[in-house]
Amino acid sequence: MLKLPIYLDNNATTPVDPRVLQEMLPYFTDVFGNAASRNHPFGWKAEEAVDYAREQVAKLIGAGEKEIIFTSGATESNNLAIKGVYEMYAEKGNHIITLTTEHKAVLDTCKHLEKTGAEVTYLEVQSDGMVNLAQLEAAMRPTTILVSVMFANNEIGVIQPMKEIAAIVHKHGALFHSDATQAVGKVNTDVNEFGIDLMSLTAHKMYGPKGIGALYVRRKNPRVKVTAQIDGGGHERGMRSGTLNVPGIVGFGKACELARLEMDQDAARLSVLRNRLENSLLELEESYLNGNKEHRLPHCTNISFKYVEGEGLMMGVKDIAVSSGSACTSASLEPSYVLKALGLDDDLAHSSLRFGLSRFTTEQEIDFAINQTKEAVTKLRDMSPLWEMFKEGIDLKSIEWAEH
Amino acid sequence: MAYSEKVIDHYSNPRNIGTLDKSKNNVGTGLVGAPECGDVMRLQIEVDDLTGTITDAKFKTFGCGSAIASSSLATEWLKGKSIDDALKIDNMDIVEELALPPVKIHCSVLAEDAIKAAINDYRSKNNLLPIEVQ
Repeated sequence: MLKLPIYLDNNATTPVDPRVLQEMLPYFTDVFGNAASRNHPFGWKAEEAVDYAREQVAKLIGAGEKEIIFTSGATESNNLAIKGVYEMYAEKGNHIITLTTEHKAVLDTCKHLEKTGAEVTYLEVQSDGMVNLAQLEAAMRPTTILVSVMFANNEIGVIQPMKEIAAIVHKHGALFHSDATQAVGKVNTDVNEFGIDLMSLTAHKMYGPKGIGALYVRRKNPRVKVTAQIDGGGHERGMRSGTLNVPGIVGFGKACELARLEMDQDAARLSVLRNRLENSLLELEESYLNGNKEHRLPHCTNISFKYVEGEGLMMGVKDIAVSSGSACTSASLEPSYVLKALGLDDDLAHSSLRFGLSRFTTEQEIDFAINQTKEAVTKLRDMSPLWEMFKEGIDLKSIEWAEH
Repeated sequence: MAYSEKVIDHYSNPRNIGTLDKSKNNVGTGLVGAPECGDVMRLQIEVDDLTGTITDAKFKTFGCGSAIASSSLATEWLKGKSIDDALKIDNMDIVEELALPPVKIHCSVLAEDAIKAAINDYRSKNNLLPIEVQ
């Protein structure tokens, strides 16, 4: 029996793996100590658990334990990385480069710094979502201190050429930060292999709990420092004060351990299911895949259905939980800025659906999602005046629409 | 966002979807909205020339559930009404009937615009001056 609705919004958040939850539970009650309490066993046990978790997080990304700074999540990590580098390396320069398709946690942090004197270049991406390396190289200045490029995009799943970006960034003596929120635990994100100096990660996108994340800060070649953004007891080697969220950290560690052991088999299974979903939906006329088909995460897809409106479509797929590029309900009528950055017309951006699969997604669920989506698209097109015009061969761009 | 039961009902069982023969003189067509804005409504009325009564109404809408429901409801209300009465349909009547939240009021405005545009199309086809639309 299928349990409805079916959750296919795993780029937003994932459920906690029961094995992760089991690991966390004792740390709420029995082992509740403050990891910073050095003078009794309650503190020691908590510290021991944190150390083990830190090791698991580090292992997953090929880092050392001392390079992991626990935070409240990737938004805080992005803030700490960008603001922290900007303040620490103020003498060297004030120029930051990032992409227009970054998450708001990166974009808005950069915008904030612009008000305090930073110069920021927002590079446009190509129509498949990939960075243009020649443009990146051309944007580098002697004053460039940081380049922040996400590992994998949260809306379209496109994976950027990290090694190539790192080579350019380092050639010009800058630091390379990556928001790897969507990629960690899904694909290989080895910081040494890819030449990453700072990397943001979070537990809740990889079957861990919400409210816990980390910033990887490289310790050698080069040794990177960030100015703390939260002052206090000097936790996390002075880079992030605040009593450690021990249960969260334990859960994050377990999630990383599981990811390290199961990532490859999960990816293999999920890419088969994702392809089945994607290929079936692309059988519909006038449906388009958004983003590069080759360089991307294995478990998600983003498809636009022309002549169908996104929110109406969301209502039609009521038994599957997905995200839409439409922003009809928000204060602005602007659709997804990421899809717009790919050069999509507003109508295609409005009519997109993002499907994100998880470790727990089944074949039956995917088949259900295929059927319900196809039915909804077909039904809405039957009642769409735009579809009728398209079928009559009328060019919609030739019509003078009354903007409202 | 939670939709009202009436919106869900119109969305799931839309009334009067379809196309009337726009080449006929007694058919008025209103096409309002824009694809970039995420709403396009096409509303058509067929008028009995002798009595001035709307005998049929059809719609097709590209838009969210509230836009679909607003236009579906509009066609229901239009059938059997005189042109004069049809002009009295106010967007706030639609808001009330469908319990539309504030962010969806524009859907009802669009439906009212579509009604007026259809009536004006009918009027211009029959050499009558257009009704002023605010």
